Amino acid sequence: MNSEFAVILVDSTSHAMRIEKILTMHGLTCKLVPVPRHLSSDCGVCVRVLKQDIEEIKTLIDTHHVIVRSIEVL
Amino acid sequence: MSSGISSLETGLIYLDNAATSWPKPPGVAAAMHHFLDQIGANPGRSGHRLSVKAGRIIYETREAVASLFGAPDPLRVVFGMNATDGINLALHGILKPGDHVITSGIEHNAVMRPLHDLETGGVEVTQIPCFVDGSLDPAQVELSIRSNTKLIALNHASNVCGTILLIREVGQMARQKNLFFLVDVAQSAGVLPIDMEKDCIDFLAFTGHKSLYGPMGTGGLVIGKRIEPEALHPLRQGGTGSRSEREIQPEFFPDRYESGTMNAVGLSGLLAALQWLQQQGIDQIRSHEMTLCTRLIEGLLNIPNVTVYGPTEMSRRTATVGFNIQNMEPSTVGLRLDEEFGILCRIGLHCAPSAHRTIGTFPNGCVRFSIGAFNTERDIERALKAVNELAKEAQ
Ligand SMILES: Cc1ncc(COP(=O)(O)O)c(C=O)c1O
Repeated sequence: MNSEFAVILVDSTSHAMRIEKILTMHGLTCKLVPVPRHLSSDCGVCVRVLKQDIEEIKTLIDTHHVIVRSIEVL
Repeated sequence: MSSGISSLETGLIYLDNAATSWPKPPGVAAAMHHFLDQIGANPGRSGHRLSVKAGRIIYETREAVASLFGAPDPLRVVFGMNATDGINLALHGILKPGDHVITSGIEHNAVMRPLHDLETGGVEVTQIPCFVDGSLDPAQVELSIRSNTKLIALNHASNVCGTILLIREVGQMARQKNLFFLVDVAQSAGVLPIDMEKDCIDFLAFTGHKSLYGPMGTGGLVIGKRIEPEALHPLRQGGTGSRSEREIQPEFFPDRYESGTMNAVGLSGLLAALQWLQQQGIDQIRSHEMTLCTRLIEGLLNIPNVTVYGPTEMSRRTATVGFNIQNMEPSTVGLRLDEEFGILCRIGLHCAPSAHRTIGTFPNGCVRFSIGAFNTERDIERALKAVNELAKEAQ
């Protein structure tokens, strides 16, 4: 599967909200979507982002001390 | 300040803001209505657009609470039903048999009842007496520290006589001695500046429906960064919408402490209230209330057979004023104020028998006028006139 997207998997909706806020503040495209079934059986949301932004996002996540479970390309 | 509902319209004078503030700022009911009508979904459970919208409102409310109290991280704002819920989480979550906890002589039953329960389970409790005006000597707290002391739990401002306790002094001392510090800000949030960092607060229990001007059923506990999730046991376990594949409680904030569907309707009202508070400025509200309080206390002290409790210096108190008319039961005063004058207040023991023992009004209690942001000078003048009339009769 080749797509332009990646998803950030997080522990809870609150964490997803926090990441959404930070990314939006920095002008990065993101959207909260249900976690794709092949990645986790969780019923919550994850943050869908553009693959091309991953490096910048990793830096932001580090500087804001946000805990994420993983970043998965789709 | 105007709420859209004024005492002129209702004909009533509401002086019971320490029980719950009323009226609420104009945007509060509208936000709740909007949530029920237009959003309505379960936050953090489903992942569709409305669920995400609901979750976002709750997250923004976390941010607003965190910013008001100088919390280290919005994710450490744990929502529950009210201050009582937050206090129970902190006390039952952190204290183990053999631990010692220190508290004051002006606590609400929201603190005293959980402590009594814990005491029967082997927690040691020391209650430091307060002075007759409700104030506490921080040095007395320090003198009561034992080798097994784990926590100091204090009410920031008395709900009976308005006395402000010196939480920063106690907090700094607690930090030096490596003790945890719980503050009940039910009566001070939204009127007094509170900063978890500077005041060295580890657990801050707040309620949404009093001086934060939100709806009932909102509140909780803000948890400081010295507390690890493993060290604080959750009061209840259950569904959180996260880590659903596991049948053990999540170990991260805030989910560990927020099982079950949240009061999203209430929290959307609380968010509107917090935005209103920020617009008004809490020092503006404090200053308005203290102008009215100065006039109220001055007027009450001018009536020869009225006793006023708590400090008379405005800097040492909030706008909650306990008083009694000699030879007239508080229950009679309360009933007559309501029926004959349309003045609504609270009488009796105010869920705080310790505080009444401290000020010398146990077991009969007192009459309490508690001023809020929407009271006016006219309200105070009418209330004084009414007390004057009743006091004359009692002479
Ligand atoms: C000092 C104090 N602590 C705790 C509470 C409990 O607040 P709530 O009923 O919102 O839990 C109150 C209010 O009744 C209070 O005045």
